[in-house]
Amino acid sequence: MQQIRIHGRGGQGSVTLGHLIAEAAFAEGQWSQAFPQFGVERRGAPVEAFARVDDEKITDRSHVYEPDYVIVQDPSLIEFVDVCKGLDGEGTIIVNTSSSPEELGLETEATVLTVDATEIAMEHIERPIMNTALLGAFASASGIIELDSIESVIMDTFPGEIGERNVAASSDAFQVVTGA
Amino acid sequence: MAEMQMLKGDKAVAHGVVSIQPDVVSAYPITPQTGIVERVSQFKADGELDGEFLRVDSEFNACSTALGAAAAGARAFSATSSQGLKLMSEPLFTASGMRLPLVMAVANRSLSAPLSIWGDHTDTFAERDGGMIQIYGEDVQEAVDNLLMAYKVAEDPDISLPALSTMDGFILTHVKEPVEIYSEADVAAFLPDREPNFTLDPSDPKTMGAYARPEHWTETRYAVQEAMLRSKDKIDAVVHEFAEQFGREYGLDYRGLIDVYGPEDADVAIITLGSLVGTVKDVLDEYEERGESVKLVKIRVYRPFPIDELRAALRGVDAAAVLEKDVSLGYQGGLVTDLKAALYNTDVRPDIRSFIVGLAGRDIQRREIREVVAEMQRLAADPVSGTVAFEDEESWPQVREDILEEVDQS
Amino acid sequence: MSDPVDPYEELTITKGAVVEPGTSLVNKTGSWREFKPVIDQDACTGCGLCETFCPDMAAKAIEERTYAIDYDYCKGCGICAEECPVDAIEMIAEVN
Repeated sequence: MQQIRIHGRGGQGSVTLGHLIAEAAFAEGQWSQAFPQFGVERRGAPVEAFARVDDEKITDRSHVYEPDYVIVQDPSLIEFVDVCKGLDGEGTIIVNTSSSPEELGLETEATVLTVDATEIAMEHIERPIMNTALLGAFASASGIIELDSIESVIMDTFPGEIGERNVAASSDAFQVVTGA
Repeated sequence: MAEMQMLKGDKAVAHGVVSIQPDVVSAYPITPQTGIVERVSQFKADGELDGEFLRVDSEFNACSTALGAAAAGARAFSATSSQGLKLMSEPLFTASGMRLPLVMAVANRSLSAPLSIWGDHTDTFAERDGGMIQIYGEDVQEAVDNLLMAYKVAEDPDISLPALSTMDGFILTHVKEPVEIYSEADVAAFLPDREPNFTLDPSDPKTMGAYARPEHWTETRYAVQEAMLRSKDKIDAVVHEFAEQFGREYGLDYRGLIDVYGPEDADVAIITLGSLVGTVKDVLDEYEERGESVKLVKIRVYRPFPIDELRAALRGVDAAAVLEKDVSLGYQGGLVTDLKAALYNTDVRPDIRSFIVGLAGRDIQRREIREVVAEMQRLAADPVSGTVAFEDEESWPQVREDILEEVDQS
Repeated sequence: MSDPVDPYEELTITKGAVVEPGTSLVNKTGSWREFKPVIDQDACTGCGLCETFCPDMAAKAIEERTYAIDYDYCKGCGICAEECPVDAIEMIAEVN
């Protein structure tokens, strides 16, 4: 089973990101689960969302405490939230930032990957909604879901031109995610 | 057979409702069930729900509307949580006495005060005396399936009682996971048209909701009790019919009232209900791999209380832990209290400890479950004899004593 | 004004969970910003529309007809820049 934790701010589509990961995994025949850390969901407030993926039915409903993957949508969270909590040396953390992994200076044994998802989103979608870009980065880094599955779940969720732009953002990010 | 799709819990229940095509949906929003009635309203707007969709001004109204609809012979539905269920309490108790089969989906949420939007079972447990059948869902699939089965049980003319079909607020309403939704055709094959015992019909008038004097009231209450007890066999029949048609099995060996996982001769048992069942199952897999003897007893139906099934499931168990998300203030958890009473006059006497956990959505970690199992294993190995003090019978392991201002020093 | 006391720090459960009010002052939502509004005081006419429209009471008069942004609370929504009738407010990216 793979466990993913997403850190974002209200309004950045963290919950949707979790859903898209779960839906893409499901489309590939896996069992999956996505849910938010239920809190006071107002725009801008730090939020967490979780996803689990496995080849058999998942019954655990507790929060994800030992993530295999962490995705950070907003680097300004790093100062206030322990985004690396529960990650060990086998894990991977993907941060949306224009900084490099070294510049981030995260204290963790996990693999640190960065991608300027906001820039990719601005380029393709013309708004700083970078969750689909991060979806692409996550797929590339983890190998848990394929680009084709991402494309189809994005088009199911955001039909028409909006979907296409989001697909472009996710493929772009898929190619460019860089690691330390 | 329908195909699996990824749906958020609240949306999944809404899909189920629309397949059932109730004649009347009365809707009032409350977190975290709002997604259910909102999605149903969207189906209505899209022309997929033939029945009436009534937006009312409170839950008291929502339930009273459903009661009136049921009295007129309609299949009625509403959904609520927490304070909304508290407001529905008066008409729900009334509907039971009137023998009207309304079905409510309840997204379990804690009762104020303080205000909480998060999930626990304090809301439905506070209604357990009312003569409503209460069915608890472990996951989204079961919540959707229980809704359909609830109609079949409730609408049986010999039963004819209200039913609450529950799912944990947020934990199940706001999770997206794979689920199969029965179609309208599936429902038509499973659920017969409602044939009410009486209806409000001006051409054949009847008085409903009448006044009963001391010489008659006892018998009407006794009849409700009898119907509640009879419903166990009906639930048994319905879970079997459901398994036959849909291939999903819910407690078939236990009349659909409970289910048991793990070695039959286990000497330690964990008893719980709702979504916590899923996490406990996951943890107990570890014990099974190690060959340790721990079983899970899942309560599916809380009212009517599954006395015989629990006695059977706990025979041979040395120590049992009840994990519940409610407490009857001034005494103990509702589930453990009812359980101990059911075992009192029998020789099935495991050591029982109860744990009040998960209130207002506080997460229950796997580690905490392992700690409970360890405590029960110690108890099974080294039983206590004689009187167990009240404070040793039940604990609140998640309480952070350091932030309490009033602490009982006794 | 002195720093407001954070009721969440050392929060204890009083009878009835009665708490001190004013938590919105403690929650310094300025940390949420990605873009900050900067007022060009020469261009500013002191009309006060920024204060009227600011959803967080972060754009305020500091003297008569002189307005400034309280960056402790400004979330960078950009409404003030949008509403300013003389374009005296510019949204500048925060440097992290």
